[in-house]
Amino acid sequence: MSIVDLEAKIPNNVGLRENKRLMMALEKWQPKFLDWWANMGPSDFNQDQVYLRTAIGVGQGGWAHFDYVKMPDYRWGIFLADGPDDRKIHFGDNVGEKAWPEVPGEFRNRLRRLIVTQGDTEPASVEQQRMLGHCCPSLYDLRSLFQVNVEEGRHLWAMVYLLQTHFGADGRDEAEAMLERHSGDQDNPRILQAFNYPVNNWLDFFCFTAFMDRDGKYQLASLAESSFDPLARTTQFMLAEEAYHLQTGENGVGRIVKRTGEIMAEGKDPRTVGAIPLDVIQRYVNFWFTGSMDLFGGEDSTNAAEAFAMGLKGRYRESDGIYKDPKALNANYSLEMPTEDGKIEKKDIPLRRAMNAVLLDAYIADCKRIVERWNRDLDKLGVHQHIQLPDHKFNRHQGVYAGFRFNPAGEIIDEATWTKHHTDWLPTQADRDYVQSCMVHVTEPGKFANYIAPPPQGVNNQPIEFEYVKFH
Amino acid sequence: MTDFNRHPSSYHHWQLQIDGDIAQLRMNVDSEHPFKEGYELKLNSYDLGVDIELADAIQRLRFEHPEVKVVVVGSAQERAFCAGANIRMLAASTHPFKVNFCKYTNETRLSLEDASEHSGLKAICAINAACAGGGYELALACDEIHLVNDNNSAVSLPEVPLLGVLPGTGGLTRLVDKRKVRRDRADVFCTMAEGMRGKKALGWGLVDAIWPKSQFNDKVDARARELAASLPDKGKKGIELEPINAQRDGDTYTYTHVKVEVDAARRLATVTVTGPTGPQPKTGADYEKAGSAAWALRCFRELDDALLQLRFDHEQVGLIVLQTRGDAAAILQVEKDLVADRGHWLCNEILLQMARTLRRWDLMARSTYALVGEGSCAAGAFFEMTIGCDRVYLLDDENVKMTIGPLSDGLLPMSHGLTRLNNRFLAMPEQAAKLAKEQGSYASADADEQGLCTYLLDPIDWDDDVRIALEERVSLSPDALTGMEASLRFGGAENCDSKIFGRLSAWQNWIFTRPNATGEEGALTRYGAPESAKFDWRRT
Repeated sequence: MSIVDLEAKIPNNVGLRENKRLMMALEKWQPKFLDWWANMGPSDFNQDQVYLRTAIGVGQGGWAHFDYVKMPDYRWGIFLADGPDDRKIHFGDNVGEKAWPEVPGEFRNRLRRLIVTQGDTEPASVEQQRMLGHCCPSLYDLRSLFQVNVEEGRHLWAMVYLLQTHFGADGRDEAEAMLERHSGDQDNPRILQAFNYPVNNWLDFFCFTAFMDRDGKYQLASLAESSFDPLARTTQFMLAEEAYHLQTGENGVGRIVKRTGEIMAEGKDPRTVGAIPLDVIQRYVNFWFTGSMDLFGGEDSTNAAEAFAMGLKGRYRESDGIYKDPKALNANYSLEMPTEDGKIEKKDIPLRRAMNAVLLDAYIADCKRIVERWNRDLDKLGVHQHIQLPDHKFNRHQGVYAGFRFNPAGEIIDEATWTKHHTDWLPTQADRDYVQSCMVHVTEPGKFANYIAPPPQGVNNQPIEFEYVKFH
Repeated sequence: MTDFNRHPSSYHHWQLQIDGDIAQLRMNVDSEHPFKEGYELKLNSYDLGVDIELADAIQRLRFEHPEVKVVVVGSAQERAFCAGANIRMLAASTHPFKVNFCKYTNETRLSLEDASEHSGLKAICAINAACAGGGYELALACDEIHLVNDNNSAVSLPEVPLLGVLPGTGGLTRLVDKRKVRRDRADVFCTMAEGMRGKKALGWGLVDAIWPKSQFNDKVDARARELAASLPDKGKKGIELEPINAQRDGDTYTYTHVKVEVDAARRLATVTVTGPTGPQPKTGADYEKAGSAAWALRCFRELDDALLQLRFDHEQVGLIVLQTRGDAAAILQVEKDLVADRGHWLCNEILLQMARTLRRWDLMARSTYALVGEGSCAAGAFFEMTIGCDRVYLLDDENVKMTIGPLSDGLLPMSHGLTRLNNRFLAMPEQAAKLAKEQGSYASADADEQGLCTYLLDPIDWDDDVRIALEERVSLSPDALTGMEASLRFGGAENCDSKIFGRLSAWQNWIFTRPNATGEEGALTRYGAPESAKFDWRRT
């Protein structure tokens, strides 16, 4: 593809035409991205017309332009949110100084690592979800999946833009490496373990987007506070799209819960009609919610303290001025710590070291809200069995609770109790097999698989029975 | 008293598994068992306790398992090969402890290299996950470094960018001297906290091989088998190393062949070593039967322990007085027999152990004076210890002799590779060669003539002159003495080993005490603290 074509193909507000270095880098990288999309992206749907939203600008309405498009022709763009030219650093040791338009040398490696780690998750999730199109519960949901996929692809572009623009040859190497690692590849896996888990069915997918993408939202939100201005503005724009993904997940699990509730309200066993019982949904929620918490890093973390002190990662909504002390120096965080003799003790750690825990707390509060929403739907149907969000200490593999056994209520338990009960708490092979058996392929417009309720309305004011995907 | 005895059956931090001629030594640090209270050993980070077990494992491979030709040094933890020395432990430690800890870990790694060079025990390092700082320095001490190529696991020396100190276990020196990594690349590597992965690490010579994760264990195993097959057999059955324990009575440590008397008020310690009594093994086969009780092994293991007690538990002792006792002929007979059957693996190991202990003696950051007076036995290896001292005070008495044995001609080399005779007579190599060849016994006046003592003292002056000499020495600045002694003890050219200790006692010692590292706002102090370090930018 020529440089002129590139410029036309890539909607942007970063002055791509004038940026020779970026143009040359993208010219090399873009064909590799398309190869990757063809080989590792959604399987077998690249010739179909999908009713997709494409971002063509950051202004009002600019990010929500809908039309039919073949996914490989999707216009992956590069956008920075608008921001004041004189933005000031608003947290950490350098508070009050001018935000950095370029990467400061002393933080270069650390920033690169942050961006690579974030960027690596974007193509990872596309890879994890690549087979789901073959068992979609409706055209509406198939479109949602592809919307999420192309936007995760665009988020990769956003991170690649930062790497290629601000990190020189190393950045270009890292941009290529992100196309070379693959989810679940034993020899070349994605960086974060949860992004190597398989996403085999639509309950997995909706749980993934509800919980893992929500983790993504909080990570992006902390980077959106960054003193490195291009990173802050890139991630601010990504957050708008990420919010859609969370909705997809939140609504998707909600619709499965609602459908199960409806069947239960009719006095039927969900298993007899191809729907998913609440206890199975509960175990999937347990698995994905706890896995997503592992992505926040250790609750007591010197890395997190340094990233905050340096002004690289802020707290959730730091710029809204909701925290008293922008330096976070003279406060402690009370952390629940398991002890050798099987108890939990509160321990004060310096607030800066607890930045991951602070972010995690905001995330958990958000997750509580969505579970309550699902439960309200059950209440309305007269079903009083509820989905519970497990305690944050349950089933953790990273952080201070890793290596201890907790039940979903957050009580410390011994190994024998765990062995006896973990199949009550986490998906079993039988659960997976059953959920898989529910995955009927529904492609008739307006029809839905029996395990999921239709959404309240269609996309972009279109009716629910709109032909969201036109197969070739 | 610090207990340096360990046994594989009760290791907290390592797994030692022997399978024919290959040993697997896997690090699996128990975070809840630090050497001292106050920190957790996360991610296979280590402290003195972890390293004492490593030293024990290497000793046991050498003496208890002569059938082992290759040791694979790896990790039993999936997420970390080794994160290096524990930072919180370092930050909480006193300066003397930090330096002694670094010195000990250096000696442990040198013993691994010594085993490779002289005992036919090769080490392959299998880096299965993140490998930082001291972890990579352990790898550098192995013969081959194999790194998993998973796009994630890196080798790194992050001390400079993260902590404002230097790698304390020879990393910088081994990088350029041993692995011969180009100096500008080494410069980049040592300032890059995240280190290097896969192909780049291989291309820059930081590792010897990279393998995909799915093949990693198989490839390392295959290489270990190939390497073992290329090495000659040494022995079938080892001897058991019995624990070394001193009777401690106040400030006196009594071993079988070694005694240490600490005079805390005068800041000096007297170390008395005693030669063999009764019949000793003649051949390697005899030594196999005698086990670790034989004098030639026991005495030097005891001395090793005694020196460590002085280093870690008696920081204020500024001067060590050496006294030698025993029968010179008996010592020389033992040494001649060991040399005669040096082709036997155990005689070889015993000689190597003597040499290592004597190097530990050379490296004491204390003044050392030998008193060769009435009843002395400065013979053979004890002669080596004597002339290894900063000064030798010799009593002018025809019954007092200094006797050179068969080991003085190269079997007990100093850290920088010279014999102590060569090191002593740098200006007169022919004198060193003559003395080594003659293996003579010199009565005191003659010994003085030959240049073997600093002062030849008349009996009537002995008590007073010795007392004054000791009192004068301990009055001088301990820092200046440490620096001066380290500079004067090792004459002539340096090698990799001596550079490591030289750099440690000079640069690292200095950096550890500078405000930029350990001041209130220093990088080491502030590591993991909420606030970032602040530096005094003046270069020195």
